[in-house]
Amino acid sequence: MSNLDAVLQILSWSLIISGSFFVVVGAIGMLRFPDFWARLHAASVTESGGVILLLAGMCIQAGFTLITVKLMIIGLFLFITGPTSTHAVANAALVSGLRPKSLSTHPNSNGLEDDKR
Amino acid sequence: MIYAFAILAILIAMALVLVRLIKGPTLYDRVLAVNSFGTHTVLLIGVVGFWNGRPDFLDIALLYALINFVGTIAILKFFRYRAIGDVMWTPPQQDEGR
Repeated sequence: MSNLDAVLQILSWSLIISGSFFVVVGAIGMLRFPDFWARLHAASVTESGGVILLLAGMCIQAGFTLITVKLMIIGLFLFITGPTSTHAVANAALVSGLRPKSLSTHPNSNGLEDDKR
Repeated sequence: MIYAFAILAILIAMALVLVRLIKGPTLYDRVLAVNSFGTHTVLLIGVVGFWNGRPDFLDIALLYALINFVGTIAILKFFRYRAIGDVMWTPPQQDEGR
């Protein structure tokens, strides 16, 4: 039985380490990407990959208890509301006239015209 | 301990998102950064609860996730319609909300 425990421990550790990796990578992309529309993708990396991997690692650590149920509820909620709020932000930006850099039709609007304000 | 590593990673990610929140050129960068910061906070509350050995903080994390989602939608609605409550439909203005 201790062999199974060691396997579960290593599995949960690898899940938590890869989740932390995705969280940091999403944050770096959100800081370094050149455009708002590119930063949406970096934020989605954190909100899907990092959240699910970290919560799965913590689920394995917790075992079959009420804590696992709470973690799964949190994961389900974030899995639904993360893409929803990202879509809402993208829709609001599109309606307000923000365009990606390479798709700008106006000659002066390269997506950076907001820096003048 | 593995949770200290996860806490360190989440704190570094929160600092980077906070930099984007402060210097984000448009409003929508800032809203996206606030939403992402809230998601990082939910993860941080959960991991800190496990690190302390008291995972009862997950209720607070779930509540924070709820408030984060509602707050993001409320901010977007406010900057589109300039009102939170029941508003009449107005056509979206092109140069508002930068």
